[in-house]
Amino acid sequence: MDYVFLISSFIKIVALFAVVLGIVNYTVYAERRISALIQDRLGPNRVGPAGLLQPIADALKFLAKEDLTPGHVNKFYYWLAPCLAMIPAITTLAVIPFGSTLFGVPMVIADINVGVLFVFAIASLSVYGIVIAGWSSNSKYPFLGGVRSTSQMISYELSLGLAVIPIFLLLGQLRLTEVVRYQIEHGWMIAPFVGDWANPHKWLLAIPMMISFVVFTIAIFAETNRLPFDLPEAETELVGGYHTEYGSMKFALFFLGEYVAMITGSAIIVTLFLGGWHFPWIPDGSQGWGWGLVNIFVFFSKVVVLLCVFIWVRWTLPRFRYDQLMRLGWVFFFEIALANIFLVAIILAYFPS
Amino acid sequence: MPSFLFWIFAAVMLGFGAAVVLNRNPIASALSLVISFLGLSALFMSLDAFFIGIIQILVYTGAVMVLFLFIIMLLDLRTETRRKMNVVAVVGGAMVALAFFAQICSVVGQLGAAQQSFPPLASPKMDDVHSVGLLLFSNYNVPFQIIGVLVLVATVGVVVLSKRELR
Repeated sequence: MDYVFLISSFIKIVALFAVVLGIVNYTVYAERRISALIQDRLGPNRVGPAGLLQPIADALKFLAKEDLTPGHVNKFYYWLAPCLAMIPAITTLAVIPFGSTLFGVPMVIADINVGVLFVFAIASLSVYGIVIAGWSSNSKYPFLGGVRSTSQMISYELSLGLAVIPIFLLLGQLRLTEVVRYQIEHGWMIAPFVGDWANPHKWLLAIPMMISFVVFTIAIFAETNRLPFDLPEAETELVGGYHTEYGSMKFALFFLGEYVAMITGSAIIVTLFLGGWHFPWIPDGSQGWGWGLVNIFVFFSKVVVLLCVFIWVRWTLPRFRYDQLMRLGWVFFFEIALANIFLVAIILAYFPS
Repeated sequence: MPSFLFWIFAAVMLGFGAAVVLNRNPIASALSLVISFLGLSALFMSLDAFFIGIIQILVYTGAVMVLFLFIIMLLDLRTETRRKMNVVAVVGGAMVALAFFAQICSVVGQLGAAQQSFPPLASPKMDDVHSVGLLLFSNYNVPFQIIGVLVLVATVGVVVLSKRELR
């Protein structure tokens, strides 16, 4: 066995896990502060300077709370569900290139040749956590939430998968590091400013890429159960949705899973459409470890910006009705994504670069 | 891949495959099948067939089994858990399975190719996604196109049916 590979992988896994959990905690804080800003309130500002210690207080509260298991639930599955909600979201992070290189080690945990398919496959497993939570709770509202969530996630997975096909038609590759490499050479997918920017072929391709980007982003909103698509946990209709019967750390795991899924979603959007860790005029990690760190910083900055967009949308738009949600997914985004594939194929066939 | 991983995943696959049959709760059976599929895809990946393994998860575990689970939950099959096992049926089923297994063993035992050990896997010249694509689009292009049209017709049909308003 290659010990350098083992040790560097282990360090990468631990570091990425720590960074992502840190971002999750402060996303929750940001969510509360930004929602307060949007609604002209103050938000949590008492614990520590400007309320910055609030996430730590929240975590302590969740840990110290009594772990209550209601009597009417199906015990084994009730315990299994929060774990199943958390694990897929974290596992998908493994294939995302979050930096260039650091000391010659590529900053991606597993650079596999089916990259984005791996992400979709593992992300499609996260539906089990929600379904089992809804079913094992043995109560009306969680069950309705679970059922809604299943049909929603399956419907939007189609648009999600179809929206990335244009990129792979263009590249002929599924490897995510190759997607980033292409964008370094030819400019970001939706904004080809760098490289041979005067090439009209690339600007022509940017149109279908923009469509893909919009469809993909909206499908990610639906996949992560965020407003305006948060029907599975619509508080006004379903109490709390699939996690109504959960409390303390088990509830926190659902909560964390949702936010980690948001981060993973943003990371995939950044990797596929927004250039990954690349920023114009910043060299990659082969120019020294300082630049390697800057690349990682650039990647996570982009992710954080997207997370802010997620929060902004949540507190701006009202919720869809369920039939509207389904119609939007099946007869609107599905068709757009399908037509978009034909558009890209035509551009690639008749307007070669 | 280290061989102990093969044994772990093979055991997971077979164990949960048996659990599909042995569980009386339909939901537990469906979830066991899901884990069995995961073990199967791990075995595919151990043969460097990442694409097939991932598609196995994406299609069967992520989509087909979710729908199965969905339907089972909506049907709410509680009577199934209370039903007693029929001893005669269990013994009969086991006999049929054993007979079938013995037959396969005897046929494979007489096969000439089964006497030799497997040749080592040829190291691939390109990654498996490309190999699959190349094969589909060169050797099996016509069947592939036909299936593509079939699937497209099915999806368009679904959209048309769901778009039609009921009066």
